[in-house]
Amino acid sequence: MSENVDTTLAPKKIRPPSGRVSRLFESKWLGWVALAIAVAAPFVNATPYALNIMTTAAIFVLLASGLNIVVGYCGLLDLGYIAFMAVGAYTSGIVAKAFDLPLLFTIPVVLVMTVLAGLIIGAPTLRLRSDYLAIVTLGFGEITRITANNLAITGGPSGIFGIPGILKIGDFDFQQPAVFYYVTILVVAGFVLAAARLGKSRLGRAWRFVREDEDAAEAMGIHTYKVKLLAYTFGAIWGGFGGVLFAGHLSAVAPTSFVFLQSALVLMAVVLGGMGNMRGVVIGALVISLLPELLRDLAEYRYLAFGVLLIVVMLFRPQGFWPARGYEPERKPAEEREAVAVAGEQR
Amino acid sequence: MQLIWDGLFVGSFYALIALGYSMVYGIIKLLNFAHGDLYMLGAFIGFAVLSSLGGIPASLSIGALLVVLLLSMLLTGTAGVLIERFAYRPLRGAPRLAVLITAVGVSFSLEYGISAIAGPNPRSFPIRLEGEVFNLIGARVSLPQIVLMIIAGLLMIGLNGYIQNTSTGRAMRSIALDRNASLLMGINVNAVITRTFFIGSALAGAAGVMAGAYYGKIDFLMGFIIGLKAFTAAVIGGIGNIKGAMLGGLVLGFVEAFGAQWFGGQWRDVFAFAVLILFLTLRPTGILGERVTERV
Repeated sequence: MSENVDTTLAPKKIRPPSGRVSRLFESKWLGWVALAIAVAAPFVNATPYALNIMTTAAIFVLLASGLNIVVGYCGLLDLGYIAFMAVGAYTSGIVAKAFDLPLLFTIPVVLVMTVLAGLIIGAPTLRLRSDYLAIVTLGFGEITRITANNLAITGGPSGIFGIPGILKIGDFDFQQPAVFYYVTILVVAGFVLAAARLGKSRLGRAWRFVREDEDAAEAMGIHTYKVKLLAYTFGAIWGGFGGVLFAGHLSAVAPTSFVFLQSALVLMAVVLGGMGNMRGVVIGALVISLLPELLRDLAEYRYLAFGVLLIVVMLFRPQGFWPARGYEPERKPAEEREAVAVAGEQR
Repeated sequence: MQLIWDGLFVGSFYALIALGYSMVYGIIKLLNFAHGDLYMLGAFIGFAVLSSLGGIPASLSIGALLVVLLLSMLLTGTAGVLIERFAYRPLRGAPRLAVLITAVGVSFSLEYGISAIAGPNPRSFPIRLEGEVFNLIGARVSLPQIVLMIIAGLLMIGLNGYIQNTSTGRAMRSIALDRNASLLMGINVNAVITRTFFIGSALAGAAGVMAGAYYGKIDFLMGFIIGLKAFTAAVIGGIGNIKGAMLGGLVLGFVEAFGAQWFGGQWRDVFAFAVLILFLTLRPTGILGERVTERV
């Protein structure tokens, strides 16, 4: 009986990508190649400036992959994503300074705080239409910044500085730029992989289903509210870890780092790269964060161009430059299923 | 008394902008993020018009302001129509997410477009309304405040009459109820939506010019927070509801005035936002909103 029921929720089976470029992009080795490039980069250019930019770009990739869970997988527009990074950075900074701990040990507190922040904002708004979430998160982003600007514990407008490094074992300080870069790469790679895996899980399918048609998803027995809240909370955690890295990288946190512009840039990376496609998003994030370094002269028109680009992409290629492919292996009888599943996972 | 007056004054600004939000939302269920930026655009258009007119005697400032106001409303309204035509209309029927992101893109383009043209630094408005301050039942009230409030009030009354009494207004209300049925009834839906955008944007532009003239300073990000607050006002009153938007604007004005008094001015925005969250949790349909069931 169950064999006859059409169980594919995913889009109709689409031909495996043809064309050399597409095949290259879909290659299962791509992630490893990217990681290898990231690892090798300091051997090419290890000036403090280059390391600084690369670390920043890696943190940006982490943020984009977190936002991709919220916007790309689940279709919830979060316009204040940077606020979670702020929560993470401030929490870890304050705790680390107050107890003179390395940043590594502040992670449990950060986890609790970001999840809490995600729940406070998500719980009331996710019951409503998704438009409300967009504007409430927009407000949340602003409010977080204003609050940080006005509280004594967050250091007011000048923020917190002199935050301890992430870890120190004996004489080996993880805070050296090159070491910190590798730590960042490692953490970011882990989180990007985790986000990608989440997207392929049962929960990830539920997210995409909610994104495509919330009513139908609910009718099929998905607890849409719970699923959306989960997406939002995961996004918050990703953002919080971005904040910890950010605090460790700069050893200072100030409210000016968390303006709406930053949220918009992360969103841009997700949208341009291709919502829901983790590889596209990573590339989008790299482009958005590295391009300004190359085009310094055009700084004045940069954001204008970004805004126009957002509109144009939505009008002509709403799935982003590199969309997620709705390519999932078809269900096969039991004996074949395992092999297909393995192949599917490696894809 | 002073607090009530301040609340009333600020609230009438919020109400003007919230109207545009609410109208557009009521008709095509689109949250126009760029609405706050149209307010900013209005202020800058007013600035440009005033600058090009050159030296206006200070004594004429209120009369001149009215002319500038009308001109800016016209131009801002046109800008709103263009935005609708090129950014939103092609996406009608597209997933909600795509439209929202486009709206963010429009907002971004407006902000940084103006920043590229007019420079990122705040500009001071050529005319600054200053009038004598007198006491009115215990509150300090200035003449410009009264004039601006009268203008805002007239605009709102005019709009209400327009929506209630004209055929276009009736068409708007019918589209808000059911777009397809309106289409079948021979309403030119696109024309009406265009007109809605024109009116909403023009009102925001009017608010922008008035704010510029009153506060004397404009910058390219001024629409951001005010757009957020106008949305809050629209939600408080019941989004999609014209009278609700007016009421919500005034309520938000009061709440902010009192909140700022009790908690200190730097928490004003936080307070307004907390009210938004509270309303969304307890009564998402707002004060005057009806319970709307989402149709599948």
